[in-house]
Amino acid sequence: MNATVSPLDEVKSTPWSGGKSPFAAEYGKLMMWFFLLSDAFTFSGFLIYYGAVRFSQASWPNPDVVFQSVPGFADHGYPLVFVGLMTFVLIMSSVTMVLAVEAGHRNAKAEVAKWMILTIVGGLVFLSCQALEWTHLHHEGAWWGSNPFLNADGTMGTNQFTDLFFTITGFHGFHVFSGVIINLVILLNVLAGTYEKRGHYLMVEKVGLYWHFVDLVWVFVFTFFYLV
Amino acid sequence: MSTLSQQHIVSHDEEHATMTKSKIWKVFFVLLFITVIEFIIALAIPTAVVPKGLKNFVYIILTLLKAFYIVAFFMHLKFEKKLLKAAIVVPFVFILYFVVLMLTEGGYLQKYLNW
Repeated sequence: MNATVSPLDEVKSTPWSGGKSPFAAEYGKLMMWFFLLSDAFTFSGFLIYYGAVRFSQASWPNPDVVFQSVPGFADHGYPLVFVGLMTFVLIMSSVTMVLAVEAGHRNAKAEVAKWMILTIVGGLVFLSCQALEWTHLHHEGAWWGSNPFLNADGTMGTNQFTDLFFTITGFHGFHVFSGVIINLVILLNVLAGTYEKRGHYLMVEKVGLYWHFVDLVWVFVFTFFYLV
Repeated sequence: MSTLSQQHIVSHDEEHATMTKSKIWKVFFVLLFITVIEFIIALAIPTAVVPKGLKNFVYIILTLLKAFYIVAFFMHLKFEKKLLKAAIVVPFVFILYFVVLMLTEGGYLQKYLNW
């Protein structure tokens, strides 16, 4: 027998030749990424329709006029202040989420729990702010099918403005709400020591991806509803 | 055999080339800074000085920059395998195409249907 190895018997070590994960990502994490991709398509569908409607209108309500109240503090005269606060809270809760993931890499159970609690608090604060803002707008007569705001050029505004505002911020708020629930479940698991026994905190990383995605969507909603 | 184990060590190291606390706070301040710039443009610079169209263009650039920081660092995508990055990022070509299509369509409606 000669010692040369036939090409068929050579051991292949490329990422796609089997025996290991070609993406070097755990199954659940990979699926979370693909779920988020599909969710990004959903939100893009909403925001692109909103863009198309705006391009089809000669004028549109001025966000600095529509969103100028700070509920519980001042009814008007403070454009962008309240939504700025909401944006800050959501970015902050994203930071506490990465800190939880970072603590998870070190298997520091108490720290993971601490940062998860702060993340959940941030989510709840954001949701409360949104509830206040919706209530305020509702009192001004804004709701699905009813738009009290004039366009920037003084003409009657279209109901599409409020329909899209409540649908898109509502769908985002629902994501935040689900995120808070999921974070709560994970927090309970952390406290129960489930991940400590498992030896890794990958689940925290996976819900972290979801939570950052919610923040990511808000960045776009904020720009297209409150700035542009 | 030695190359295989070496590869294993390298990939193991990559896994841990991760976000440290100081890096996390750095990204936070970048995001905060960009948002503050957006507020300054919106509130402190009158439309007479910088036209609304240009402002909107800047907002969108800054938004995409924020999106990059969130996805790359908070969601850790920058440190994943090249193929995973491609699998997530490349599909957005369709979104971009859809944006162009729908905005063109909206513009057409305004111009020719006189809504």
